[in-house]
Amino acid sequence: MNVRRPLVAAVAILSLVFLYLPSLAVAVFSVNNARYGLLWKGFTWKWYQQLCQNEAILEAAVNSLLVAVISTAAATVLGTALALALDRFPWPRRLTQALDILVHLPVVTPDIIMAAALVLTFSLLRGFADIFDLGLTTLVLGHITFQISFVTLVVRSRLAALSRDIDEAARDLYATGPYLFRRVTLPLLAPGIMAGAMLAFTLSLDDFIISFFTHGPDSVTLPIYIYSSVRRGISPEIHALSTLVLLATVVLVILAERLSRFRAD
Amino acid sequence: MKMKPAPDEAPGPGLLIWYGNIHRRRDLWWRGSALMGPGLLWLLVFLALPTCGLVILSLAQRGDFGEIHWVWTLNNYQRLLGFGLFGWTPDHIFILGRSLVVGLVTTLICVLLAYPLTFYIATRPPKMRTALLLLLIVPFWTNVVVRTYAWMLLLSPQLPPAKIAAWLGAIPSGSPLFPGSLATYLGLVSTFLPFLALPLYSSVERLNWELLEAARDLYASRWQVFTQAILPQTRPGLTVGVIVTFIPAMAMFVVTDLLGGAKYMLIGNLIQNQFGQSRDWPFGAALCLALMALTMIGLRLYRRWGRS
Amino acid sequence: MTGQIELGLLVAQVQKSFGSHKALKGVDLEVREGEFFTLLGPSGCGKTTLLRIIAGLELPDSGHVFLGGQDITRLPASKRQVNTVFQSYALFPHLNIFENVAFGLKARQIGPAEVRRRVADKLEMLSLDDLGKRYPHQLSGGQKQRVALARALVNEPEVLLLDEPMSALDAHLRAQVQEELRRLQRELKQTFILVTHDQDEAMVVSDRIAVMRDGLIEQVGEAREVYSRPRNQFVAEFLGAANIIQARRDGGQMVTSLGAFDLTAAPAWETGHLAIRPESIQLGEPPADDRNWVRAQVCEAIYRGQSLDVWLSPGFGQDNCRVRVRTNAKNHLRPGDQVSIFFPPEDLVALDHQSDAR
Repeated sequence: MNVRRPLVAAVAILSLVFLYLPSLAVAVFSVNNARYGLLWKGFTWKWYQQLCQNEAILEAAVNSLLVAVISTAAATVLGTALALALDRFPWPRRLTQALDILVHLPVVTPDIIMAAALVLTFSLLRGFADIFDLGLTTLVLGHITFQISFVTLVVRSRLAALSRDIDEAARDLYATGPYLFRRVTLPLLAPGIMAGAMLAFTLSLDDFIISFFTHGPDSVTLPIYIYSSVRRGISPEIHALSTLVLLATVVLVILAERLSRFRAD
Repeated sequence: MKMKPAPDEAPGPGLLIWYGNIHRRRDLWWRGSALMGPGLLWLLVFLALPTCGLVILSLAQRGDFGEIHWVWTLNNYQRLLGFGLFGWTPDHIFILGRSLVVGLVTTLICVLLAYPLTFYIATRPPKMRTALLLLLIVPFWTNVVVRTYAWMLLLSPQLPPAKIAAWLGAIPSGSPLFPGSLATYLGLVSTFLPFLALPLYSSVERLNWELLEAARDLYASRWQVFTQAILPQTRPGLTVGVIVTFIPAMAMFVVTDLLGGAKYMLIGNLIQNQFGQSRDWPFGAALCLALMALTMIGLRLYRRWGRS
Repeated sequence: MTGQIELGLLVAQVQKSFGSHKALKGVDLEVREGEFFTLLGPSGCGKTTLLRIIAGLELPDSGHVFLGGQDITRLPASKRQVNTVFQSYALFPHLNIFENVAFGLKARQIGPAEVRRRVADKLEMLSLDDLGKRYPHQLSGGQKQRVALARALVNEPEVLLLDEPMSALDAHLRAQVQEELRRLQRELKQTFILVTHDQDEAMVVSDRIAVMRDGLIEQVGEAREVYSRPRNQFVAEFLGAANIIQARRDGGQMVTSLGAFDLTAAPAWETGHLAIRPESIQLGEPPADDRNWVRAQVCEAIYRGQSLDVWLSPGFGQDNCRVRVRTNAKNHLRPGDQVSIFFPPEDLVALDHQSDAR
């Protein structure tokens, strides 16, 4: 490549710097011993210590995890079933195409429209049952709604990669339904289901817009907590919290990468 | 004679072999429906029907206390076009137009940065490639609020960027670099660059470099190499990247809310307002539909450009 | 019908369409117990569809399949005493070789001790003993093929089906595997049905061959019979090189543009075609009685190592080079040489043109 290598390299490196510079600044100031202002006043862990004593933050963290775990579990089951149903049955092609559009809808719909639609649904359903009062339940319901599609897409791509031969060979070798599912389909699909679940889990933890619309006063998640604090201005606790969120993301990403490499071996 | 054929029970339409097993077509149909049912019902109840519900809601009217009056009216759409109580104002049209422009410009800047970035990463040795790719994946998964917050900090008056700007006379000394258009675009581009670069990378990684060499051998100019050899090969990844960048960028409200200020209100902020403080859901619903229309327009523009 | 066939496989009037394409147009077939049977034909002739119907992986639109006297047409694959070696091998990628081979036994809930014994036995038979712990992606193409074979054979099926099992192997390995397969079948005395488009392969391994075209069987017989006494032009040409000569029956003789020929078995038709294999035509000096002898001029001679292929033009010119002769490689012939060639009456076959034209 002689597409002006130095120029390409410069733009690329500056882009990466540009992606990380703000977060680095936050990390630096999260250990700065100054309540106000951004002058370096020496190193300290105290903002991190204060985080651990802040009940609102701890509660938000617990809420985030709770919502992510429950919604991921539900969405993984529903999404995997949906993927199997779409891929492994002789539906007419028209029907499959129509269902495909429905499944792809959350992927291409702007989050904010989904959020508005969910708020509307919950307000209508509230007339029938109290559980649709905005709170942890509605958060979970909302998250499942966008997670299902992603799980279905990931599992389907894995299903598409499994050739029909394998099932035929298993049948040919005397396997009947449940045995075939347990010994062949499930183990071969497991990496896809795992990948789908991880994607759903991360999407849930990361989600802001839909959570912001569907949360109640008692069900604040971490991103919502940070958002409402930020609107009041910058503070060292938020520096520390942001840094922790960033570190958690790094750990998750590296873990996911290790896992996928382990599977490839 | 032992070889008596078993009685022919209606062969053909009733029975079929599917993945190596004989089924009655009807049984398969029921089993598939049962498997699909819960997920499908979920998407129907919480996604498809509510989206249609927004259409109906957009034809209703806000009551005095934020409640919904189910009277059929096009008021919300008239308001969207600027016809209000006090005559015509272009405010809402401006917001729609600005959303489209911000979405397009953000996408364009991201494309311009993503090509060199992905080419650079794809041409590194394997170990370094993995590491650089991880560097791209981390911001992809970092919460948008956290990342926007980081820009608020970096653009604060006490830090070098704002100080340099003040020294150049662009802003009064002692004030931050936000809210404003520079801050908004910094926030948007840094948010969406990974969204565009990762799908693009999957195409660049599989690029046939010989084709580029061939193009250069035939005395193609740099621009020709790009349009004739690189662009067609990377279009699948580019398309995915553009879609996942453009749609959320146009609907963005976190970045514009924190870094943009009132002047950078986009349709996302307006929708959020209607469902938040203003509590005018019918108008919010009309705005949602306008956003959907803008999304379609943007994608149509992309497709037209793709064809030429 | 003999008692022997009752134990074997019988296909009766099987038809199968995919959309508007008729893959099988009413196929009848008998496969005897313990024989190596081959379905031979060009791609798209329906041989794989027929195999899949026997395996229980397709349902025929009409017709029946009997195994050991029992109608198995609507029996699911999982209940048939029939196992298949798939073209792609279709090994389970998440199971090691031992588990792959043991799959069918475990699916039928055979006790672990017996599973171990039978799997070990088959792994040894196919020289796979050391590979039990490996995974399919760690094996070579030839090894995968042997695993697929072991996985099917370990179940001791009444019929083993092989769907182009050698198409993924390179030519050198293929020849070796063909002989191995032949030997294996002789040892086990099990019924093998092979699908292939390779006529050499069919002749090396088979007891009997069925040649298929366009959803029908053209001819069934032993390799020698199908090769040297093809029923029609399609079979003659599909199984190897053949000289096809237009002829008219005149009393006991066949009149052709090369001259008049005697035949051992005269055909029923008035005008039609004769076929003769290039290696059946003999070079030499005509005796006094020069019936079935033709004079010809050499157009081209191609040295092939084990043989010499000669294109000849009957008569004295070189304008009609259409007779192909395969002769001893020791012969030295040059373009322009005059030779005499003999068409042995027993090797001249009258073709059934009606079956060609269908």
